[in-house]
Amino acid sequence: MIVLIFVLGVLLITSAAAALYMKHIVSAIITSGVVSLVGSLFFLLAGAPDVAMTEAAIGSALTTVIFLFAWSRIRDEQDRQNAADQYQEKYQEQGQEQGQDTQGKQEQAQIAASPRPRINAAERAQKGGKA
Amino acid sequence: MTGDTGAMPQGTLLQNLTAGMHITQVMAVIGFILILLGLWGILTRKHIIRMIISFSILDSGIHLIMVGLGYTRNGTAPIFDGDLSITDALGRVVDPIPSALVLTAIVIGIAVTALMLSYAVRLYKAYRSLSIDDIKEMKW
Amino acid sequence: MIQRMLIILVLILMGFGIIPLVWGLQDAETVSPVSQYYVSQGADDLGAANLVTAVVVSYRGLDTLGEVAVLFTATAGAAMLLGLGADNSKRKQQHQQASEKPGNHMAESEAQPKKQERREGSELLKTGAAFLFPLLLVFGVYIFIHGHLTPGGGFQGGVVIASGLVLLLLSESDRPMRKTLLHSIESLSGAAYAAVGLMGLWLAAGFLDPRFLPAGQFGSLFSAGAIPVIYSLIGLKVGSELTGVIDSLRRRSS
Repeated sequence: MIVLIFVLGVLLITSAAAALYMKHIVSAIITSGVVSLVGSLFFLLAGAPDVAMTEAAIGSALTTVIFLFAWSRIRDEQDRQNAADQYQEKYQEQGQEQGQDTQGKQEQAQIAASPRPRINAAERAQKGGKA
Repeated sequence: MTGDTGAMPQGTLLQNLTAGMHITQVMAVIGFILILLGLWGILTRKHIIRMIISFSILDSGIHLIMVGLGYTRNGTAPIFDGDLSITDALGRVVDPIPSALVLTAIVIGIAVTALMLSYAVRLYKAYRSLSIDDIKEMKW
Repeated sequence: MIQRMLIILVLILMGFGIIPLVWGLQDAETVSPVSQYYVSQGADDLGAANLVTAVVVSYRGLDTLGEVAVLFTATAGAAMLLGLGADNSKRKQQHQQASEKPGNHMAESEAQPKKQERREGSELLKTGAAFLFPLLLVFGVYIFIHGHLTPGGGFQGGVVIASGLVLLLLSESDRPMRKTLLHSIESLSGAAYAAVGLMGLWLAAGFLDPRFLPAGQFGSLFSAGAIPVIYSLIGLKVGSELTGVIDSLRRRSS
């Protein structure tokens, strides 16, 4: 019993620390699910099977699913914006060569003057993708 | 052999092994370590998703402490069945109130996590970055 | 750097503050006075074999009603935030289309921001989901109907149902969710929950008092008054709400 509790406690704390320092976001999300799963075993040992069921079903399963869905949606958005950026840059070069899109240039200028920080693609990939 | 084990009071092996250890204390220590880890993550990580993960770790720590405080010595689950009759229940069950409260807290935890994640998606759409260093308008 | 040192300092101070709380902590010999009443009288009062269910549904029923309200608010907030996002990106697309008109004649089709295409679920996943979904549904209903007898109840059963629906969503990613069905289940079960509470006020001792239905035989399925009814309604509401959250967080093809 003591050995079991010791092993579970070490597993719980190491997986919690690993969830903060994992390199990839998906691994961090899965590891945080492990924290909840081992926590539900502790609830079972403390005589609370209701809480153990809830933690295993909600904390480790559904929370992980929600995290992964949100992350895949963010990745989707990233791809879409990268594609839009590439398209815009290409169009901008071509337009300047021909010199015939006054309206388009105005819009570009408006976007550039807007207060929101526009980070270029390389920097964003470094910060948003892996960080 | 069978006579020996029959004569022993129930759960002797378990009681001997856990004689010097209190489940409440173990769970409280682990829970506080998880809380400190979660706070550390919330305060130092720059990535929003990692901050939300730290929040859910902090949540798990709080739940561990609360359930641990409801544990009574050698207690079983507060469910009446063949093994647990109503008359002798008082000395043998764990506290049902912390269990009920934590049940509620877990469900609210997932709702709050979903809300935070949808904020993260919105922030990514608006600022095109998930690092809090790039969201300068909220700093002073 | 100074910031990080400060954070470490604060956490170490918190740790030292915590040590005396944990130092002499021992297992309690008996439950707290309020729980003593629940343990000794709860079975006679309400007829529920699972005392945690008795506390969640009846003794602290108002808390649970408030919690369901919090869950609803968070769900609505998430759906609103993500819905606003969809509107915004649509406007941005129109914006782009308007700005690309003048340069129409150029060769631009290869640089067009291409639509992210979804990967189709594999045959294994589709068959497995079709086979498992009815079983998960039955299992979820079993859990929340037996909430007053065995560990489990509305929340756990609702989550099992929601996870079955997630499996279905993963296998057929293109099928749109039947939002009206989901929302009507959610609002009907919420309204019925409040109505059962009011019936307790009218027919029995107080709001959310489950004793207006016959107590039945202790330990059988139809016992404990209205507790199974209330817990089933909670299960339906939690299941449909969590499915709604997941559906609104799902990828959009737009």
